[in-house]
Order: sequence, then structure tokens, then C-alpha cells
Amino acid sequence: MWKWITKFASPMHFYLLVNRLTPWLGWGAAILFVAGVYGALFYAPADYQQGESFRIIYVHVPSAWMSMFIYMVMAAAGGAGLIWKTKVSDAIARSSAPLGASFTFLALATGSLWGKPMWGTWWVWDARLTSELILLFLYLGYIALQSAIDDKRTAARAGAILALVGVVNIPIIHYSVEWWNTLHQGPTITKLDTPSIHIDMLIPLLIMALAFNLYYAAMVLIRARHEIIEQEKNSKWVQDLIIDKVAV
Amino acid sequence: MEQSGNFFQMGGYAFYVWSSYGLTLIVLLINYLSPKFSEKKLIAELVKRSKLKKTDIK
Repeated sequence: MWKWITKFASPMHFYLLVNRLTPWLGWGAAILFVAGVYGALFYAPADYQQGESFRIIYVHVPSAWMSMFIYMVMAAAGGAGLIWKTKVSDAIARSSAPLGASFTFLALATGSLWGKPMWGTWWVWDARLTSELILLFLYLGYIALQSAIDDKRTAARAGAILALVGVVNIPIIHYSVEWWNTLHQGPTITKLDTPSIHIDMLIPLLIMALAFNLYYAAMVLIRARHEIIEQEKNSKWVQDLIIDKVAV
Repeated sequence: MEQSGNFFQMGGYAFYVWSSYGLTLIVLLINYLSPKFSEKKLIAELVKRSKLKKTDIK
């Protein structure tokens, strides 16, 4: 197992692994997206209170889950980079930031689009919404920090520290609906009890969540591959790779 | 679910539902296309560089 991990951390093997994995992840995500959107728009029954507007949750909830999950991946990869100084983990951390920021933005925007007809307002300074907004600022701060520091190593270190400190926000987002009296509803799925959502509504949501996960996995690997090629452009394996391309 | 002809109206919530799905689609597409495009550019650059090197040697 350890041998496999160290192999994965070598930039060249990482490159080869990404080439092999991304088609599977990408097509898997595409198929699940089609199934999930069909389920979300046609299969799931309208909510008895919210009517058709509840269909927004099929993009809102997976986005919100991804916004937190990607942050944890980014912090963990950053931490691994701090300890083992592996280029691959730094590349994964850096590549996660724009994706995480995108999903955070989507969670906030689709939440707003749901809030307007349901709560009668686009925005409230409620604990859940505010902590999610802070998450967006953490991502943007991380991205700004990366572009402000020219040396990749220093940038990765500084970013990892910022990401790790920001982890404190994740449980705050998750438990905000329990700790404070929020306008945002409590958890219906991620709780120890059985989920309080009808199975016909739940299945499309889980398919969408899986689609978002595969999409993220494919995209973060493609971005990280780009980072790796750029950083390793003077190494022998990248030059050999380019020579192959020239020869074709 | 009644959807005969009323599907696109989403029970009066058309604007909110379709904006949500549209926005998600746009953001996912941008995140898919931008790294593809930049990787192509990078490879093209590296290919160009290696060709230049070759002519130097000659």
C-alpha cells in the first residue's frame, strides 16, 4: 500500500494514472448527470408544500455538499504537501480551489433562487448562509494567495496553512442549523436517524451527489495534471512526452 | 405529477427553477472547458519549444 502511494506521488506515474482514470470518471459523471437530472425533473414528485420549486434542491444540496467536501480535500492535500513535500498533493490542493469556489458559489446562488419564492427574500444573515459565504471567501483568499506568491513551493505552503486554519469553518457550516435558530432548515439526510425525505425524492438526489463527486474527481485530476506538466516541463519524462507528440 | 404542457412553467416557479439549473450547467461547463483549453495551450507551447531546440542543435 505504501509503495503504491509513493508511486502515485511521483509526477510521471500520476500523469499516467490521470490519463487512465479521467475517461471513466468523466463518462460516469456524464451518465449520472443525465439520470440525475431526469430523476430530479420528471421522476421525483412535486413537494406538497413547496410545489415544483423544491426541484432546486437537486442542484443546491449536492453543490453545498461538494463545497465542504472539496474544502476538506484541499486542506488534507495541502497538509500532506506540508508534511511530505509532494508536488502531486500540492497540485491537487491548488486545483481544488477554483472547483470548490464554483460549488460554493452555486450553493449560495441556487439557495438564493430558492429562498426568494419560499422565504420571500434573496438573502438573510442566517448562520448557515453566513458561514457558507465565509467558505467562499476562504476559497477566494486561497486563490488570491496562490496568484500573489510567485514561488510555487512557498505558495503551496502558505495556502496549506490558510486552508488548514479555515477547516474550523466546516463544522460551523454543518452544525449551524442545530446550534443556532436559523431560517435555513435542519438536516434531512445527513443525520443518524433515517432520512426524513421520501425515497422517490431521495434517489435522484443521491444520483446527483454521486455525479457531482465524479465530476469533481475528473476535473481536479485534469487540472492537477496541467500543474504537474507545467512544473515538470524541464524534466526528462515531459520532454520525452513532447518529443512523442512532435513525432506524430 | 402533472406535466402536460405545464412542465416548463414549473408550477409558476419557472424562473427560479430554470435559473438554478441553467446557472449550474454554465458553471460546470466553464470548469470543464477552461482546463481543457489551457492544457492544449500548454502542450502546444511545449511542442513549439522542443521544435525550436531541435533546430538549435542542427
